[in-house]
Amino acid sequence: MFDGLSLYGRYVAASIRSQMQYRASFIMLTLGHLVATGTEFLALWALFERFGHIAGWTLPEVALFYGLASVSFAISEGVARGFDMFAPMVKRGDFDRILLRPRSTILQIGASEVQLMRIGRFGQGLIVLLWSASALNVTWTLARILLLLWTLCCGAALFSGLFVLQATSAFWTTESLEVWNTLTYGGVETAKFPLSLYEDWFRKFFTYIIPLAAVTYFPALAILDKTDPLGTSRLFQSAIPLGGMVFLGVALLLWQVGVRHYHSTGS
Amino acid sequence: MPQIVVQDLCKTFRVAERDPGAWGAIKGLFHRRYRHTSALDHISFSIEPGELVGYIGPNGAGKSTTVKVLAGILVPDSGVCQVMGRTPWKQRIPHVSQIGVVFGQRTQLWWDLPVIESFELLRAIYRVPAPVYRHNVEEMVALLGLGELLDTPVRQLSLGQRMRCDLAAALLHRPALLYLDEPTIGLDAVSKLAVRQFVKRLNKERGVTVMLTTHDMDDVEALCRRILLINRGKILLDGTVADLRAQVSRLRRLVVVLREEKDWIETDEARVIGRQGPQVTLEFDPERISAPDLIHHLTSAYGVRDLYVENLPIEEIVAEVYQGAGM
Amino acid sequence: MTAQTLLRGWRGYRAVMSARLREMLQYRTAAVAGMVTQVFWGLIHLMIYQAFYRSTATPQPMSLAETVDYIWLVQALLLLMPWRTDAEIQDMIRTGNVAFELAKPADLYTLWFARILGGRAAPMLLRFPLIYGMAALFFGLRLPASPAAAGAFVLSVLAAFLLSSAITTLMTISLMWTLAGDGVARLTATFASVLSGSIIPLPLFPGNLQRVLNLLPFRGLMDVPFRLYSGNIPLSAFPRELALQLAWALTLIVLGRVLLARGMRRLVVQGG
Repeated sequence: MFDGLSLYGRYVAASIRSQMQYRASFIMLTLGHLVATGTEFLALWALFERFGHIAGWTLPEVALFYGLASVSFAISEGVARGFDMFAPMVKRGDFDRILLRPRSTILQIGASEVQLMRIGRFGQGLIVLLWSASALNVTWTLARILLLLWTLCCGAALFSGLFVLQATSAFWTTESLEVWNTLTYGGVETAKFPLSLYEDWFRKFFTYIIPLAAVTYFPALAILDKTDPLGTSRLFQSAIPLGGMVFLGVALLLWQVGVRHYHSTGS
Repeated sequence: MPQIVVQDLCKTFRVAERDPGAWGAIKGLFHRRYRHTSALDHISFSIEPGELVGYIGPNGAGKSTTVKVLAGILVPDSGVCQVMGRTPWKQRIPHVSQIGVVFGQRTQLWWDLPVIESFELLRAIYRVPAPVYRHNVEEMVALLGLGELLDTPVRQLSLGQRMRCDLAAALLHRPALLYLDEPTIGLDAVSKLAVRQFVKRLNKERGVTVMLTTHDMDDVEALCRRILLINRGKILLDGTVADLRAQVSRLRRLVVVLREEKDWIETDEARVIGRQGPQVTLEFDPERISAPDLIHHLTSAYGVRDLYVENLPIEEIVAEVYQGAGM
Repeated sequence: MTAQTLLRGWRGYRAVMSARLREMLQYRTAAVAGMVTQVFWGLIHLMIYQAFYRSTATPQPMSLAETVDYIWLVQALLLLMPWRTDAEIQDMIRTGNVAFELAKPADLYTLWFARILGGRAAPMLLRFPLIYGMAALFFGLRLPASPAAAGAFVLSVLAAFLLSSAITTLMTISLMWTLAGDGVARLTATFASVLSGSIIPLPLFPGNLQRVLNLLPFRGLMDVPFRLYSGNIPLSAFPRELALQLAWALTLIVLGRVLLARGMRRLVVQGG
């Protein structure tokens, strides 16, 4: 375990050093990323400026959802981005190289594509989250802070699980990429607002099929100390983020099935 | 005891077939027809420790499928495969930590990093103890002349330099078995020679078993005591290079470049099969006249600027063996 | 002069464009997948705006119905945005092979412009009817406000298409000066996406911000045609808006030509 972590650290360091070879491009990309995510929040602000609130939710409240979704997604991009880039890797035949090395495929692929510029999204999400924390009328007890951190970890696990599933599908077809983007990038977009705003079928999809609600909506209610219009208890809201971890676990099991399929077809 | 045992290995691939045109593409979404191709058709051979074996055959013959099975990447449909007592695909991690693989067309080094940093990463991946690693790097640097390359990013290396570094990278964990896939493809003459010399030495001095797939008959002649010839998933020949040549034809070719463009070369012992300006290609039977005698005869009768014995290209040899096999 | 060249060269460049178009048409699966994604994004936005409009009684510069039209048109014509530079030209510039382009018996700017135009026409033609159809049948997209509005919309989209290609060509040419090309392209695309209205419709921005937005070329990419469609911009303003779009396109084409000529001269002086 420790050995694996240290290898992961080496991969990350190597990846960062590689990117530093193209410093100008790297700086522009990071900047571009920060501006992109920054203007997005600005647009949100503009809407609240005009409409005041959305179904009773204020801007700081929505900002909490926004921050939770952005930060956990940014973390998952950090640790599992290699899976997002997996389809072209299989196409190039580079997965063979991974299999030729005496380490777990999950570790090697997760670590293979750590993009430093993603720190832009992380930073912006964190700023929004901190702003929301200070603007909200909420006392930050230890329990609340722990719940927030727990939620972020589980959220990162959920999004990583989606990346792993996307990569797994590449063992069968490399043309499905854009549909998966709907679930990953579309998922973050969805999670930036309280799920109660959406229509019933849509909400159910992101609760039961992909447990996005488990890592954003429910725990956020507990943090905000709001009663759920859908009528769930506080205990449920605090425990359910575990769903994100379970989702990742299932995804990793399916990944193993995919690897086995690759072993028998070689493509 | 053999290091590699392969018995009755079979592998069939399913290839999706698609009708041409837009309609075909749409139909393909719902219903797919498959064509089955047999990549390995009851392949059997065994290799002893310390052998240097050339594995040759045309594109699509099943070479890379075999190597993939031996490397644990691909699971065969049926048959036995044991490498150092293990079934590669069942014990992937212990298996791959004892083999080295080099692909001529693909590097396993990190593209944007200095070579030495790739080595460091591989050390961590293969869990090579520090003193062993240091010793191995020193040895490789000396043998392959990597000294000034270590601090250069891989993308700035020439193909020959990169191949030398890739060879070193594949050997840092001291594998007992090395698969080389087209190691000299695209290399200049000097680099080719360096790679061959290195592989030969590695095999001789360290006793590393080497399995080499290649298109380059010169590689095979320079390195391999034994060759396995495969086509359409079947082993057509398992023997020495001489066996292969003998099976095809005794005839050899001699290319002569004349000083002046004479009209014709007349000899009883050799037949002219091609002519381009002053360059004449002759075919002769070494049983009737030895190469030195023929050369002596030619140089004394004509003004010869240059001459060399030509090998039949591997595709031609394979084609002939293939025809000889009556398929 | 520039417009003349474009017209004169049309026949020759049509071959380049149609080759590229056929090439892109092969990505049918990608088109279907793209449609799913775009409809999904449209749905998220649709539900969010519905919730916003339900939350206020104050009349807004755009009605909910107009906003819904706008959202779906953004999704259906998202490829109007100057998203990325032409990969092949980018590669040529990076490797220095761009010098060989000079050997082609054609005007280089027009060649590149035609290539970029053709490259984005195909995916757009593939996606637009699919997404438009889905949205109109199931998700509240209305028909154009009037037949005249429909005509104005079509002309304005064509102008937007020229404008967008001019921006993309300019972005591509800028790669001749900076190695950080990806970054430049991404920054431009980001700004363009906010300033054109593809993130939120421009009329919903605060008033003083809109005055700035009106001075920039980007609203010609999406805001203008989409509001003409729903009648949010009255037909009487159409000639002026169209002229503005075309004037911007022309300006950026001229700018691109000047920059390209300079870049090429630099390249030749340096000896590639």
